[in-house]
Amino acid sequence: MARTDHRPANRFTLFVWSLLLVAHAAASVVLTVLSLVAASLSAIWVGLPLLLALTRLLRGHAQTHRRLLGHLLADGPVPDPGYRPLPDTRLRTQISVVLADPTARRDYIWLATNATLGLTLAALPLTLLAHAVQAVLYVWLWRWEDSWYALHPVAGQADAYVALVTATALFALFWLLTPPIMHAYALLNRRLLAPNENARLAARVEHLATSRAETIDAQASEVRRIERDLHDGAQARLVALGMSLGMAEEMLAADPDLARRMLTEARETTRQALTELRDLVRGIHPPVLVERGLEGAVRALAITQHLPITVDIDLPGRPADPVESAAYFAVAELLTNAAKHANADRAWVRINYGRGRMVVIVGDDGVGGLDPDSGTGLPGIRRRLSAFDGTMSCVSPAGGPTIVTMELPCALRAAPQAPPAG
Amino acid sequence: MRVVIAEDLALLRDGLIRLLQAHEFEVVAAVDNGPDLLAALTGQRPDVAVVDVRLPPTFTDEGLQAAIRARRAVPGLPILVLSQHVEQLYARELLSDDTGGVGYLLKDRVFDIGQFIDAVRRVAAGGTAMDPAVISQLLAKHGDAGPLAQLTPREREVLAEMAEGRSNSAIAGRLFITDKAVSKHINSIFTKLDLPPSNDDSRRVLAVLAYLNQ
Repeated sequence: MARTDHRPANRFTLFVWSLLLVAHAAASVVLTVLSLVAASLSAIWVGLPLLLALTRLLRGHAQTHRRLLGHLLADGPVPDPGYRPLPDTRLRTQISVVLADPTARRDYIWLATNATLGLTLAALPLTLLAHAVQAVLYVWLWRWEDSWYALHPVAGQADAYVALVTATALFALFWLLTPPIMHAYALLNRRLLAPNENARLAARVEHLATSRAETIDAQASEVRRIERDLHDGAQARLVALGMSLGMAEEMLAADPDLARRMLTEARETTRQALTELRDLVRGIHPPVLVERGLEGAVRALAITQHLPITVDIDLPGRPADPVESAAYFAVAELLTNAAKHANADRAWVRINYGRGRMVVIVGDDGVGGLDPDSGTGLPGIRRRLSAFDGTMSCVSPAGGPTIVTMELPCALRAAPQAPPAG
Repeated sequence: MRVVIAEDLALLRDGLIRLLQAHEFEVVAAVDNGPDLLAALTGQRPDVAVVDVRLPPTFTDEGLQAAIRARRAVPGLPILVLSQHVEQLYARELLSDDTGGVGYLLKDRVFDIGQFIDAVRRVAAGGTAMDPAVISQLLAKHGDAGPLAQLTPREREVLAEMAEGRSNSAIAGRLFITDKAVSKHINSIFTKLDLPPSNDDSRRVLAVLAYLNQ
C-alpha cells in the first residue's frame, strides 16, 4: 500500500476498534435524529435552545471521535478545528455565535455522514464476521431454522455443508477487507473532522501574529535590559578605571604611594567590570551552551544545583541555537523553581527527540502546586517556546510531584557533538 | 621553566607571553588553535602550559579538550586552563584523572600577577590551582547539611584555601596564622570529613576536591 498514514495493527485490534466505532456511530445516529427534531422545532423557536445544547454535545462527541481516530491514524489524533468559545451569556448571543460558526456546520455534516456512511463502514467487519459464524452454525441449526435469508437456501444437511463454503468466503472477505475498511473509515472521518485548510491557515496566522508580537516585545525588553546593565555597569566602571589610571599617571612623580593606591583601585574596578560582564553574558547566552551544546550545558547546570538531579539526554544531534537557548533557560528556570519553591529532595531532566520534535521533561518530588499561569517564570517560558511553536504543559498536584513537559518542533543538525571528556 | 601558551586573541597572548617571560619562563610555543595546541603539548612536553578554554577552529571548548587529551597521552602533564567563565563540570573533568598538575582559573586572576605566577609554578610542580569561584560554588552546593556543616568558620576558610591548591605555609601566610595552626585545622577537617590523612600536600588537595565534587 502506497499510503502508510494508518497505524499498523492486527486484525483483532482493528475488529475491536470497529466495535467501539460502531457504538460511537450509534451515538451519532441518536444525535442526528435529535438534531433533525430540534431543527424542525426551530421553526417555532422552541427548538433553538435544544439545538444549542445539541451543538455543545456535538462538540464533545466530535472531540472524542478525533481522539479515537488517533488510535487508527499514524499521525495521532485529528487536530481540533479551533472551536470558538461559546459565551455563557444570553441565549440570543449564543445562538448567533453558533449560527455564525463554520466549525459547527462542519460538525453537523460529519455527524450526518458518520451516522449513515460511517456507521455502515464501521459495521461491515462485524457484519461479515457475524454472517460467517452464522453460516458455520448452520451445519447444526438448519434442522430448526430453515428460513435463513441465505445466499442459497438450506434444505438439508448437504446444503448446510455447502454453507460452509459461504462461511469460508465470508471469513476471507472479513480477513481481507477489515484493514482497508477501517483505513477508509479513518480517512473519511479525518477529512470531515480535521480543520479545513482555510481555518487551519487562519488559526496559524493568528498564532504567528501573537507569538511574533510577544517575541518582539520580549526581545525589545531584553535589549533594553542589556543596554541598562552595560550603561550602569561595565561602561561606568571603565570610566572610573580611566579616571583612576589618569590620576595615577599624574601622581606618579609627586606621590608614588597614592599612585600605587589608585592603580590597585583600577585593578579592582576592572575585576568588577569583568564580573558584571560575565553575569550579563551568562544571561544572554551561557558560554557553556556554545562550548558544549544543550546536553553539556544541562549537565553543567545540574551539577551546580543544591539538590541531586538525574540527567537523561538522548539527542542524535544539535538543534538550532535559539531552540537550544530557549530549552536551556526553561530547564534552568524550572530547576531553580524546584530548588527554591518546591522544597524538593531531587529533580530530574529528560530530553529526547522523535517525530521532528524535541521533548524536554523537568520533574521534581517537591510540594507541587505549581501554577503555570502565575508569576513571570512559567508564562515567560511559554512565551519563549511559542516563538518556535513549542508547547509547555504542567502537572503539579498539591503534594507533588511536579512534572513539566515541553515540546519543541525542530530539526537537528547532524554535526557530531564534541566527544565527552573525562 | 618551559611553557606553552594557547590563546587565540593576540592582545591577550602577547600579554601572557610578556608576563611569563618577565618571570623567567621560557615560552617554547604560543599557539592560537586547538590542533596546534595538542601538537605542541605532546610534541614539546613543556614543564607547564597555560591554555584558554575556547579556541578556534570550532570556538567551543577546544582548549579544554586538547588539554584533557594531552593529559591522557602524557599523564600528569601540567596544564593551567584559563577561561572567561568557570564551570564546575569543566573542573570536574580536569580533575577526573586524579593526577595533580592541573589548574583552572578565571582570566581575571591574571591581574594579581604574584598569585597568578604562584599558581603557574604550583601546577608545574604537580600541584593544583582551582579558582576561588569554583571552590565557593562547591562549598555552597554542599549547603548547611552533612559533615561540612560541622566545620568551624576558620576550618571552612582553611578548607577553601586548601581546595584552591595552596600549601600549608601559603595558607598560613594568607590567614595570618602559624603553620602549626594550619596543620591542626587540616587534621580536624580530615577527621570531620572522614578522609584518610596524608602528608603529601597535592594528594591531600586532590582528596578534598574529590570530596567536594561528589
